[in-house]
Amino acid sequence: MKYTLQDFKSDQEVKWCPGCGDHAVLASVLRAMPEVCEEMGYNKEQFVFVSGIGCSSRFPYYMNTYGFHSIHGRATAISTGVKVANPELCVWQATGDGDALAIGGNHFIHALRRNIDINIILFNNRIYGLTKGQYSPTSKLGIVTKTSPYGSIEQPFTPGQLVLGARGTFFARSLDSELKLNQEIMVQAAKHKGTSIMEMLVNCVIFNDGTHMEFSERSVRADRTIVLKHGEPMIFGANRDKGLVLDGDKLKVVTIGENGITEKDILVHDAHTSNIGIHSMLVDMKYPDYPVALGVIRDVEDKTYNDNVHNQVKEVKEKSKIQCMEDLLHSGATWTVK
Amino acid sequence: MEHKIIDTQEVVIRFTGDSGDGMQLTGTLFADASALYGNEISTFPDYPAEIRAPQGTVSGVSGFQVHIGSTEVKTPGDYCDVLVAMNPAALKANAKWAKPGASIIIDTDSFDEKGLEKAGFKTNDPIAEMKLEDYHIVASPITSLTKESLKDSGLDNKAIIRSKNMFVLGMCYFMFNRPLNFTEEYLEKKFAKKPNLIAPNKKVLNDGYNYAHNIHAIPNTYRIEPAKQEPGVYRNINGNQATAWGLLAASEKSGRPLFCGSYPITPATVILEELAIHKSLGAKTVQCEDEISGICTAIGAAYAGNMAVTTTSGPGLSLKSEALGLAMITELPLVIVDVQRSGPSTGIPTKTEQTDLNQALYGRNGECPIMVMAARTPSHCFHSAFYAAKYAMEHMMPVILLTEGFIGNGSEPWKIPSMNDYPAINPPIIDKCDGKFKPFERDLEKYARSWALPGTPGLEHRVGGLEKTPAGAVSSDPLMHEQMVAARAEKVARTANYIPELEVVGNQSGDILIVGWGGTYGHLYTATKQLLAEGANVGFAHFDYINPLPKNTAEVFSKFKKIIVCELNSGQFVDYLRAKHPDFKYEQLNKVQGQPFIVQEIVAAVKAL
Repeated sequence: MKYTLQDFKSDQEVKWCPGCGDHAVLASVLRAMPEVCEEMGYNKEQFVFVSGIGCSSRFPYYMNTYGFHSIHGRATAISTGVKVANPELCVWQATGDGDALAIGGNHFIHALRRNIDINIILFNNRIYGLTKGQYSPTSKLGIVTKTSPYGSIEQPFTPGQLVLGARGTFFARSLDSELKLNQEIMVQAAKHKGTSIMEMLVNCVIFNDGTHMEFSERSVRADRTIVLKHGEPMIFGANRDKGLVLDGDKLKVVTIGENGITEKDILVHDAHTSNIGIHSMLVDMKYPDYPVALGVIRDVEDKTYNDNVHNQVKEVKEKSKIQCMEDLLHSGATWTVK
Repeated sequence: MEHKIIDTQEVVIRFTGDSGDGMQLTGTLFADASALYGNEISTFPDYPAEIRAPQGTVSGVSGFQVHIGSTEVKTPGDYCDVLVAMNPAALKANAKWAKPGASIIIDTDSFDEKGLEKAGFKTNDPIAEMKLEDYHIVASPITSLTKESLKDSGLDNKAIIRSKNMFVLGMCYFMFNRPLNFTEEYLEKKFAKKPNLIAPNKKVLNDGYNYAHNIHAIPNTYRIEPAKQEPGVYRNINGNQATAWGLLAASEKSGRPLFCGSYPITPATVILEELAIHKSLGAKTVQCEDEISGICTAIGAAYAGNMAVTTTSGPGLSLKSEALGLAMITELPLVIVDVQRSGPSTGIPTKTEQTDLNQALYGRNGECPIMVMAARTPSHCFHSAFYAAKYAMEHMMPVILLTEGFIGNGSEPWKIPSMNDYPAINPPIIDKCDGKFKPFERDLEKYARSWALPGTPGLEHRVGGLEKTPAGAVSSDPLMHEQMVAARAEKVARTANYIPELEVVGNQSGDILIVGWGGTYGHLYTATKQLLAEGANVGFAHFDYINPLPKNTAEVFSKFKKIIVCELNSGQFVDYLRAKHPDFKYEQLNKVQGQPFIVQEIVAAVKAL
């Protein structure tokens, strides 16, 4: 069936603050879903949107699909249950940096380890919004918030590093306002068999305005970010003249045309390599030393947990003598009293 | 000495040794052989939390008590007729459980100076030190005899010493005239892949048997005739296994695939292990990263249309509390099994208690009543788990099933039911509706909502922890919230129309009503029978359903002059009854020692009223 954006839009009033980055992510999802249906043959009723608690976790109410707005941190566990129970479903999850990486950190890494086929949109605004402005596990060191009035003394997580450390098979990063890139990432995430993490760098206009601005601001974005595409050279910049090369065991930013560097010297992005070495360096790139990496950084094939569960059930069913309860009840040692 | 065979109706044997001595297996094999022989049996494993506690110390002693009989056996027995003590620590820890004059089998090889010292004996004569001179001590060099028996077996010394439990099992088989064939068949199966172990194990078992016969160390042997049981096919089952099977049965009857999300925890782990075996019946088990994930994956699976289960023990139930509220407010079917153990916190993890009742009834934020059931005996866990799942699915709500370490680990023979004896389970699944689907609209009889499964076109809807209108819209309207709170509570209350009424064993009216719930059933039943035989005017009512209570509870209570509520906690159920039925006066018998009741303490408490 052919769907449009309108088919996925619910009748609920969207309650995020005006200017919140979540609006743009919602718009991206609404645009991506018809394409996901077309590419993968899903019907709308097969979609389930799961969320935890936080601003972004309101998400399921804004989708005209099956949805589950659960409890803080537990969305990943709920999604896992949904997908294992019925692998025919296309499971999406909306979660924030606090929801996924603080209270829900354990479920997050274990979903990745199992490689369950769910699509997780991680809204990273580096702050607790719904509780009105406390630092989160991705807040920058030194940030002044209501619970860090003298500056945060905690080091932040880089979500992509958690993904790689937990043997994640798919990691992409984007900015809230990059609607077209977001849509591409979401379709690729849907196609990826396994846990897909899409880190959306979103802006919280109320409590952490401009947290990503040093590289996301329109006027500097092209020079301070790099959009990675599998099979293409890692070139960026407003003039498309900057690129990444390997210098010893480190990445280095170079300018094409300077010091004898030509386009041929620039690294070509391989999202499909299972080796995490370069993926890790790309994930870690931070402004001002490097451009911030956007796009699909890692997309590696591996077996999924849901397939493994169902295959094992199938295999055992084929081999076992126990096919129904009566078989089970009479299995093993029994005796008859006359 | 002339050998006599004494016919007796019942016997209690307690196998004890170091936690590495294989006493759990020895006890289980003895119990299984007795059950297959046709005796009534009841077992009680009593072991330390440490897998290998310091060797030879009292804290490392592991025990397994078996009660076998040719008449009704409802408990593992208070005190034993035969005590097997494989080392001095086992004797020290367990002599108090031996009846006066009981036979005590000891492995003299382990009663050396070092062993005695580790066990804390002050002299080198433990028998005198513990004043056991009037007991029949069967002192045998079991380790040396095992070594001798297996010297040509080709096994290494470690493996040989490990076989000493088979030697002592053989001795017990002689004492109680048990056939060896059941255990021999077991050994053949167990070591099918290591055939070199079959012959040595059989040999040492037979040598133990023959040794006991030859030395006449045992003056009399006992014969316990098979019990007069209802005709049918029987098997042995422990409570955790029965729980798993009851859930599988409910899955079959409902046509909903079983999903279990759990985290290993003593003493509930066996349920997860058992379900993990039976993938051929479609059971999916997810060994989760933590207890919270256990229940949350199950809630997700329930939303997606599976028969969802999570299994745990006390501390795990605490961790699941918030998610229980989610299951309750989203009105999704879910079975939560709590195999209770001694608490609070980690408590004494391997010991039994009934101390989670308050937690099961009240341990959540907000107004969150949940149906609470309890199982009586190991085999009754099957029945209870089946009905917990039936109520969960047909009434669209979470149900907590309380079992206990005592019945979860304990086993008994079970007349195998026919699945035809169990009712159909009809969850209110819908595949279409008139107009827009309203997820929290409920049927007027049960107050259950419909179950619309993702994948069904046209029934897209959202559920969640936020309060909602019947139409499924998020709402903080004050009156609407109050109505929804009341409607969810009413749904739980209305299950009283579907559960069986309370039954009374013994006199239907009279002086004293003995009241209990859960795994104390066997002890309370046996105490009641004894009191009745002694002419006391008593009845016994056991609660399988705690929230809601059976509808005839007050009617039953009103027929007795006194009510005594017996439970393995400080009075949680009796306080609940005081709140629910304040018109009655309740006496109470409580025990919080991590141990089951002793029949005689119940008898004494009732007599003292």
